[in-house]
Amino acid sequence: MRDVAIIGIGQAPVGEHWGIGIREMALEAALEALRDANVEHIDALYVGNMVSGEVTGQEHLGALLADALALNPVEAMKVEAACASGAAAVRVGAMAVASGMVDLALVVGVEKMTETLGGDTTSALAMAADAEYEVSQGVSFVALNALLMQRYMYEYGWQRRDFANFVINAHKNALTNPMAMFHQRVDADRYATCATISDPVGLLDASPVCDGAAAVILAPVQYARTLSPAPIRIRASAAATAPIAVHDRKDPLALQAARDSVAKAYRQAGITPGDIDFFELHDAFTIMSALSLEASGFAERGQGVRLALDGDITLEGRIPVTTMGGLKARGHPVGATGIYQIVEAVLQLRGLAGPNQVAGARLGMTQNIGGSGATIITHILEAME
Amino acid sequence: MTNKIAQDWRLKGQRYRLEGEECPHCKVKIFPPRDICPECKQPAKEPYRLSGRGEVYTFSTVHTPPAGFEDYVPYTVALVKLEEGPMITAQLTDVAPEDVSIGMPVEMVTRRMRTQGDEGTIIYGYKFRPLLHSVSN
Repeated sequence: MRDVAIIGIGQAPVGEHWGIGIREMALEAALEALRDANVEHIDALYVGNMVSGEVTGQEHLGALLADALALNPVEAMKVEAACASGAAAVRVGAMAVASGMVDLALVVGVEKMTETLGGDTTSALAMAADAEYEVSQGVSFVALNALLMQRYMYEYGWQRRDFANFVINAHKNALTNPMAMFHQRVDADRYATCATISDPVGLLDASPVCDGAAAVILAPVQYARTLSPAPIRIRASAAATAPIAVHDRKDPLALQAARDSVAKAYRQAGITPGDIDFFELHDAFTIMSALSLEASGFAERGQGVRLALDGDITLEGRIPVTTMGGLKARGHPVGATGIYQIVEAVLQLRGLAGPNQVAGARLGMTQNIGGSGATIITHILEAME
Repeated sequence: MTNKIAQDWRLKGQRYRLEGEECPHCKVKIFPPRDICPECKQPAKEPYRLSGRGEVYTFSTVHTPPAGFEDYVPYTVALVKLEEGPMITAQLTDVAPEDVSIGMPVEMVTRRMRTQGDEGTIIYGYKFRPLLHSVSN
């Protein structure tokens, strides 16, 4: 097996882009990644996407984008793992390059979520859950996270206001990310008084419905340096699953798939949580930030919220998270999200994160969560000497 | 949400009677049925009907619903820990949202889940209400 590096990145601004179709948005990110890597030819294209069939009425995205990018007859396919589709596509690309069957892989994550009215998009997203035994009961995706948050608050004695800093921090970091959807501060008062979607989850606990696309180019480490002035090595790529329905998990607050994928990732990289300089976690909901920090070894059970309260998650903190705004404020175009996380981690490791730079960042971790925690994919990236 | 007539018909045993399974090897009770024991990973196809009694493990009142449930907001969903062990996702009924609490004893009842206009099927299934009286058996 060959070690794999990221030699190019591209991203489109996240937002409500009613004037841009799925093809054009993917093109923007992919062309930027190809330019950044300074390559014209690739061997394979993998597309991360979740709801294009349901929301846009378009499947077969591999062929669609290979054609749009004038890359025919390149091999191409879509990879789907709900909200973890982006990281799943990167993992498939990394496996292809590591195996030696592909030298240069282009991985594009793209999602158009604003083509329909809100209820339809909510229903499409709910397809990440168990259709027969969760969704049929009127449980939205938000409600599943609300069920987890309610239990977490009950077991560990936190109040909703204790989660505020996850949101405040994300919005603060997004202010200086030109690709982010939101460029406005949120304070504790605004967080406390926002509308309730599914009690106790309020509007500001949840990431927004939006459009976006991001892309990376993968190459074997042995060639990466000749192709790129600043290649980033993939030190670990690890995926794990847990029961699809929350009710079928032995310990719903454990986020077991995160524990399993992170344990594998730390083993692959030969490191411990203390070695990680920043963590692009999957803050689709504030409760997921807390559970992810705990499952990834940065906090004890029930104490993930403490890191936010103590300021440990800021750019200067012990474990900076959502350094470019996260899912909450950069936005969560579901199938693209995992690739935005990796693109942002590459910017940090190249030292090009501008006002958002984590000083001296050498090792970064990204974690992309599919569904309410059924698929969890963790990557650890490192700046190459 | 479109009509899925075959799916609704197929699930009638689960939706009307909480028909699950019992593992013949380790005796674990299973709901929903999955034919493979989640504990010992052995084949588990022995039918087992759950009592429908349990307690609220967690709950949430939905204000922004998925398509098809707009007419019912606000409604309260819960994870109910059944007395035989399995957990189930279901709506609570016959109780005001502010009166729900974690640990509250509940029991299964059959209720209309949703209708689908004049042409679609009317879907019935399980909901849970506060336990009316304790049953000694």
